[in-house]
Amino acid sequence: MPQVALRHRFGHDGFALDVAFDAPESGVTALFGPSGCGKSTILAAVAGLLRPQEGRVAIGGEVVLDTARGIALPPERRRCAVVFQDARLFPHLSVETNLRYGLRRAPRDADGPSFNEVVALLGIDHLLARRPGGLSGGERQRVALGRALLARPRLLLMDEPLAALDAARRAEVLPFLARLRDVARLPILYVTHALDEVDALADHLVLLEHGRVLANGPVTTLAARTDLPLAARRDAGVLLDCTVGAAPLDGLTRLDFPGGALVTTLHPGAPGTRLRVRVRARDIAVAIEEPRGISTQNILRTTLTDIQPAGEGQEVFLRLAIGPSTLLARITRDSVRRLALRPGMPLWALVKAVTFDHRMAVGAERPIEPGGDDALPAA
Amino acid sequence: MNLGLSAEEWQAVRLSLEVASRSVAVSLLPAIGIAWLLSRGRFPGRMLLDALVHLPLVVPPVVVGWGLLMLFGIRGPIGGPLHDWFGIRLVFTTEGAALATAVMSFPLIVRAVRLGLDTVDTGLEAAARTLGAGPIDRFVTITLPLMSPGILAGAVTAFAAGLGEFGAVITFASNIPGETQTLPLAIYAATQTAGGEAVAARLAGISFTLAIAGLLLAEVVARRMYRLLGRA
Repeated sequence: MPQVALRHRFGHDGFALDVAFDAPESGVTALFGPSGCGKSTILAAVAGLLRPQEGRVAIGGEVVLDTARGIALPPERRRCAVVFQDARLFPHLSVETNLRYGLRRAPRDADGPSFNEVVALLGIDHLLARRPGGLSGGERQRVALGRALLARPRLLLMDEPLAALDAARRAEVLPFLARLRDVARLPILYVTHALDEVDALADHLVLLEHGRVLANGPVTTLAARTDLPLAARRDAGVLLDCTVGAAPLDGLTRLDFPGGALVTTLHPGAPGTRLRVRVRARDIAVAIEEPRGISTQNILRTTLTDIQPAGEGQEVFLRLAIGPSTLLARITRDSVRRLALRPGMPLWALVKAVTFDHRMAVGAERPIEPGGDDALPAA
Repeated sequence: MNLGLSAEEWQAVRLSLEVASRSVAVSLLPAIGIAWLLSRGRFPGRMLLDALVHLPLVVPPVVVGWGLLMLFGIRGPIGGPLHDWFGIRLVFTTEGAALATAVMSFPLIVRAVRLGLDTVDTGLEAAARTLGAGPIDRFVTITLPLMSPGILAGAVTAFAAGLGEFGAVITFASNIPGETQTLPLAIYAATQTAGGEAVAARLAGISFTLAIAGLLLAEVVARRMYRLLGRA
């Protein structure tokens, strides 16, 4: 399990970083926070490209940095491959030589996907003979992903890999990132300030602000908390891990989640496809009795478990239990008063079928069985 | 084809080419090392080293030649042991002319190599590190190829300048036909000889042509290289 503990101060009374967290053994741990919160500094220190004043970093059971014991492995011996925001492909080498650069230098006994598997996974077969100079931004980033994965690292570090791309290129690369995550079976630290990337890719979330860890836990758990800065965002809401239902109706799709189902206008893939959907708190309305004669497709019977303040304003979050899942609804204090809402009451949650953010869902695509290329739509 | 040159004149041309190539061959590796130190090194005395390297640009060439005589003369602190222990004599030899030329053109190579090195994105070296490349590995596979246009430019410029080195060569290696009498020295000798104007003019023409050819070649090769490196 990657363990990170760092303390670093820039300049005399400059920015100070003081963080400690463990990341799960596999899957994506997102380091998320506003610019300047120190997330890229953490990545550089884990990679060994920056020497923190104090710290301890362990990867795969090996301590690669421990300032107290005078241990500081150089980056080339840490086996942490990095995907940089600007790809950093070697301009004088072909795409194939770039891809093989880390592979040639990996220990013989290190295992991981083969060259051909990675090339197929990332769809870069037709680029192998070319030079990086002639590639599009999205293609470059795909090659950079392959190069990092082929170095057979123990930990994969990604420093805002999509931030330099425009929306179309992002949409092109995101599914490949998801595929890589599902195939790689190694821990990935993913630095980003884009919440949709967290939704689409992350299993675990380390929330950062001003060089400190605000919260650290499964991304679905943190998304459902109302005491974090995440809750102040316009797109605050829970994340539901859904499976596309078997019987699509009338051009609509049913998304099953533990405890219920949502009907949506999304078409994320064949039945059985798994995806994560963000249900924004501001998109949920509630009724104290079952509404009739209403266009809303999703009317879910829930139980109100808690009423929590939403910042300073005239709004609150309702915490709604549906089976083992939780929904958050954001309504006014006035509505709470009018409807005399109190914890324990049954409530109907209303969610329009057209509210789901399509962009998020596509990236969140996850086949049930890893390696099932056919379960994914073309990028 | 003798272009109307006499055997002695051809000898001066050949000798110039030989001295210039040997001077480049001698100074290229140290120049890359010094350029690396100046560009990437963080150590006390870096400014001093920088000044020292650039000294031949500002000091009169005759003074450089004199300094070499003092150091590498048969009784000099370096020339003495070289002569006594290894039987190597540099003063008044072709090797000595190459050494004097190398010292004079050294700042030119260092400057060009350093410019080439400064264009190399250190982010690429960092990327190579994270992919498992140690210091020598990444210098050979990443830094060196990417700075090679600078190295080439330095070598060609130093070669072209070396063809014409005069003051340091004549002071340190003297003006011995067939041994140290390069083109500029032959031109000088011709101008000192009654009726030598025609010889001087021919040799000056050759000198001019070689210099232009060298610079054009450098330009063409540099362009090709930048294309090869994917940075055109």
